[in-house]
Formats: sequence, structure tokens, C-alpha cells
Amino acid sequence: MLGMGDFYYKLGVQIIDVCLALKHRNGGLITLEELHQQVLKGRGKFAQDVSQDNLIRAMKKLKALGTGLGNIPVGDTYLIQSVPAELNMDHIVVLQLEEKNGYVIVSDIKASLKWEMEQAQQGLEHLLKEGLAWLDLQAPGEAHYWLPALFTDLYSQEIIAEEAREAVP
Amino acid sequence: MDRFVWTSGLLEINETLVIQQRGVRIYDGEEKIKFDAGTLLLSTHRLIWRDQKNHECCMAIPLSQIVFIEEQAAGIGKSAKIVVHLHPAPSNKEPGPFQSSKNSYIKLSFKEHGQIEFYRRLSEEMTQRRWENMPVSQSLQANRGPQPGRIRAVGIVGIERKLEEKRKETDKNISEAFEDLSKLMVKAKEMVELSKSIANKIKDKQGDITEDETIRFKSYLLSMGIANPVTRETYGSGTQYHMQLAKQLAGILQAPLEERGGIMSLTEVYCLVNRARGMELLSPEDLVNACKMLEELKLPLRLRVFDSGVMVIELQSHKEEETAASALETVSEKGSLTSEEFAKLVGMSVLLAKERLLLAEKMGHLCRDDSVEGLRFYPNLFMTQS
Repeated sequence: MLGMGDFYYKLGVQIIDVCLALKHRNGGLITLEELHQQVLKGRGKFAQDVSQDNLIRAMKKLKALGTGLGNIPVGDTYLIQSVPAELNMDHIVVLQLEEKNGYVIVSDIKASLKWEMEQAQQGLEHLLKEGLAWLDLQAPGEAHYWLPALFTDLYSQEIIAEEAREAVP
Repeated sequence: MDRFVWTSGLLEINETLVIQQRGVRIYDGEEKIKFDAGTLLLSTHRLIWRDQKNHECCMAIPLSQIVFIEEQAAGIGKSAKIVVHLHPAPSNKEPGPFQSSKNSYIKLSFKEHGQIEFYRRLSEEMTQRRWENMPVSQSLQANRGPQPGRIRAVGIVGIERKLEEKRKETDKNISEAFEDLSKLMVKAKEMVELSKSIANKIKDKQGDITEDETIRFKSYLLSMGIANPVTRETYGSGTQYHMQLAKQLAGILQAPLEERGGIMSLTEVYCLVNRARGMELLSPEDLVNACKMLEELKLPLRLRVFDSGVMVIELQSHKEEETAASALETVSEKGSLTSEEFAKLVGMSVLLAKERLLLAEKMGHLCRDDSVEGLRFYPNLFMTQS
């Protein structure tokens, strides 16, 4: 109700910057954690600390601009949608399934959500089209649909060319 | 510092990651030690620190070893810290970086921020104590601390217990002090309600109060940060502030608009204007309200809302027919284009490029090819070659 001031408006600009910068990689979907880390990085050492709650409030304020900055609850955190992609309930539920392992396969969807093949396929294809999911046909077993938004530090590390060559058998 | 054990850093079954933070330095008591740059991970069972330069160097402390934690605010040249008070190491502890230490606490220094969130999560885990319900392999089940009810007053454990009691006492005092603050917040709410009701009364008695005074009162409300409840959705009412702002925006945005094909989304405008200002930033609401007045004030820009809800500022000279025709030309030259390709060619954002192509499609100039590979637009040959 009462004014929020420069802190939140500036934070709004920084959030928009981060979403734009990473959009090519995750299609416009990012976890609240990653957004938090990236915003902290961008603010530098001497700036004030920022909590996840601050980010959520700043995004609420930004809604007035007609942006598509939506939050999707998954697990015990949120996925932030920075590009207005049309996601209906089906798509959101698939995203929530993906949160467990970072990817999902059609059999998982059929087993936990009790959907028919057609519905599962359509949902996954829509996510592919919007650039939110990546198709992996080289995975063992069924095709894996990965969510780049969920690639965390735990799975990826900065490695140099040497290490990359040694890692491949 | 002798409570840490070497670990591979891999999580056990039933152990989940809660939060992690880069750029954390460890202090043994007050002393700096060689572990100065690492990633700190909090799981449901442990606090793990991994060296950023040497990933092999990785150590952990079970959360059950922690007595309590405190926050230490940042200072000039000093990062914010969390102080972690620990139980003594159990005799069967696995090997770690230090065999012995005279300190029973460590400090975690957050050189790249993240301390607020980390402290919150660590406090939560300390309260929930999830490691007690989810057993993992033996090596993690270190000292579980004394059973509740048996407060031993001897030795280091005794001192730590006493510190815990003192902390609880301080906590209670602080919550009592904050009761006053909650009362203040209730009063503030009442004040806001009062202003709202006055504003409404003014609206009803429109005839008795001059236009000027109404505008002045509304601007007082706005300066307190209260959204004006009396503004109607039409471009009719607005305050002096918004009118001035609108004129200012017209000046600032002329050049950037021309660089970007005559159109910018409100998000882009918000970032551009606030970056230029540095201080006294605009709120999103102020920006929207000022933009709503652009057309009425006969300025060379206008606000437009697309069907999808996207809001843009465009030059008045921007005519729909022309842009759709030029979009057709660009697409025909290249055979076909996606929104990303079109955006790159014309120098506008992908979002707006998509809107322009959709508009051209609506007018019948383009038709779409919708597949898993994305949305591609072609010149509408059905129209031209029938």
C-alpha cells in the first residue's frame, strides 16, 4: 500500500535484465534460486543484500507494466516465467513433474498423472515449441525432455577443454 | 574448526540440497584460515563447504553439531557473516582438516552476498531438524547433543547450553519490543483507510471543491505512495505530476524509439528511463499513468495495448498499414522468417517482432507455419496468387 521506493524499482530493472540475458538458454523460464544468484552477482560486492522475498515483491510491482512475469509454484520454490508463453494447467503440471529430476519421460507422465499418450505428447511438444524444454533422443531408454531452467550448479561445472576431453571415454 | 570432516560432497540418499551460495570464507573463531573462497551448501543433514579453486577440497559438518547460529551485519569493507556455535567433536569423528581447535565456533563470511537467504534457510533447518527423521549412513550421525531435559552445566557443553538460554531470553525481549511496532503498523493502516475515505468523499462532492484543489489533494496522496483510488480508467483524469512526466518521457524516448523501429514495450521503457535517472526512480504505476496521458496531451508518442496484454509506446507517425506492409516486404525478401530472425533484422525485441508479424497475419499479408520447430511466417500467397 505505502510506497516502496528506489530499492524495489531498481531491483525491477535488474530482474528484467537477468531474464533477458538468460532467455536464449532457458526459453524464458528460470528458477527463483537462479534468478536470486544472478541478481546478486549483477549487483556487485558493495550493494545491499537482497532476499528472495524482495524479488517476489519487485516482480509483483512490475506486473503493472503488462509484462508476463508470472510465478509457477514447483516443489517448494517457484519457476519464474519471464516471457508470456501460453501455459495452461496441463503444461504447468508437467513442469512440476520435471522439477524432481530436471527432466521427464512420457512413461512418468502416464504413470503419475494417469494421462493418455496423446495428452502427454501434446503437453511436451508445446513446451518444446516455446523453447522451455529440450529433447534428448540419446538418453538411455525413452526420449528425455529436459528443462534448462532447472540445470543447477550441482549438475554443471566450469571445465576447461582438457577436462572435457578426458571425461569422454 | 576441528568439527569438520572430509567428504566427497555427494549427497546421501534421503539427504536433499536446500540452498547453496558461492563466495563464502570460513573463519576458525576470529582467525582467518586458508579456506577463503568456496561454495557453501546447506542440505537437510549437513553444512558442506567446497573450495572453488580445488573441488577435491570438500568438508562438512553435520547440522546436529550446531548449537545455535547468529547473524553479524556487514560493515565498511566487511561482508555479512553467520556465526555458528558448535558442540564439541565426538571421539569417533572421521578425519578432517584440523585435528584440534581452541574455538567452539566458526564464522561464515559471505563475500558475494546471499547471507540473508542462507541464514533464513539454515534457521529453518535447525528448527525442523529433518536429519532426525531421515536417517542416512553412520558417518553422518555424529553427536546428537544432550537429550532434552538433561541440562548439564559442566564443561564446554554447559557453557554452550547457557549461551542458548541467554539467546532465548534475548529473543523473547525482542519480540516484546516489536509488539510496539505492530501497533504502529495498525495505526498506519488506519491512516491509509482515512485518506481513502477522504478521497472518496471528495469524488462524491465534486461540485463543491475546485478541480485544482482535487488535483492537489490527489498529488499529496501520490507522494505518500498511495495509489490514487479516484483515477478513472479513461484518459480523463490525471495529476499535474503525470502530465509533466508525460512531457518529459516524450522528450527522452523520441531518439530511442526511432532506433528501434518506432516501437518499444513498456518494460523496455521502464528500464531505459530508470537507468538514465539513477535516483528518484519511477514506479511502474507512475510510468503507466503518465503514458496514458500521452495521446491526450497531443505528444508525438502514444500508449498502445495489444490483444495479448502487452503494452507498448509507439511513435504517432507509426501507421499500422505501413508497418504491416513493410513486414510483408521483409519476409518476402527472405522467403520466410521466425520472430527471432525478424527481430534481428529490424532491430527490435523478439516480443514486439512477434506482435508485428501477428498483426500482419491478422491483416492477411502473412500466413503461418506452426510446428514443433517453432512459428514461421510466409507471405500469404493464397491472397496474391489466386
